[in-house]
Amino acid sequence: MTRIAALGNFVWEFVVGDDWRVAAGVVLAIALTALVASAGVPAWWILPVAVAAVLVLTLWHATRAG
Amino acid sequence: MSGTDVGLAVAVFLACAVEAVEALTIVLAVGVTRSWRSTFIGIGAAVVLLGGVTAALGPALTALPLDVLRAVVGGLLLVFGLQWLRKAILRASGHKARHDEPAIFEAQRSAARAAGGSDAALDPYSFTIAFKGVFLEGLEVIFIVLTFGANQHRVGLAAAAAGVAVALVVVVGIAIHAPLARVPENTMKFAVGVMLTSFGMFWGAEGAGARWPGNDAALLAIIPALLVFSLAAGAVMAHRRVVLAVAET
Repeated sequence: MTRIAALGNFVWEFVVGDDWRVAAGVVLAIALTALVASAGVPAWWILPVAVAAVLVLTLWHATRAG
Repeated sequence: MSGTDVGLAVAVFLACAVEAVEALTIVLAVGVTRSWRSTFIGIGAAVVLLGGVTAALGPALTALPLDVLRAVVGGLLLVFGLQWLRKAILRASGHKARHDEPAIFEAQRSAARAAGGSDAALDPYSFTIAFKGVFLEGLEVIFIVLTFGANQHRVGLAAAAAGVAVALVVVVGIAIHAPLARVPENTMKFAVGVMLTSFGMFWGAEGAGARWPGNDAALLAIIPALLVFSLAAGAVMAHRRVVLAVAET
């Protein structure tokens, strides 16, 4: 159990890193892109907008006062 | 070689050089302070395990359907790229301490001295620290080589770029026998963050079924646009640091 937990913790740290919001935002943005694209609507713009929003959000969160 | 291939090679080279510099600092510190023999055995063990990870992950990645591969790899590159970019911007704007290789080298040496001696043929401390340092930094190298290479069907090119970067760092490290303090690590991390995030956006959107205007040429707009946005974000963060410092006084 301890080794499995340690492996899970390592994978989480390796993939998700310092701010889980980044990974969550990326997953949501790709899912939204797939949804919009499957409806036949241009969806290429969703990831750039999401990247800008996620980057601002994570930087803002990291530099919060206090 | 296409423009995308050049971008791939540059991104892999820079990313691998940064990881190699970080691994070199750890290896040098423990090797110089304790046991070169145990350090080299640790490096060898890490390289063997990394080879195993590559052998397992490589075929698994290339066996995925192209759209699934691009969505998965695009997503992972986005997460990694945004993390690199985040750290580089925080360091450049003064919110986070810069990576200081000489200071890390000295800290590692102090820890190595404090760990106490070992009479065993294999010094467990040197082995473990060298193994962990090389494996953890190497894992990122392998991840970047495999994801970039598999997506573009240019694993050989990505591996060559990685090999040149690692060899260059090792040769310079052996020559000067000290951590590579003059490497502009944060600038390189910033550049890698921009490249990983740009390729991640491109492949992630394609994998999810979207089509970019201009197809591959879209990267020529994505990369500079993200670069400008990131530089602007860095400037805003630097200003924010001043504002926060004034508010605290």
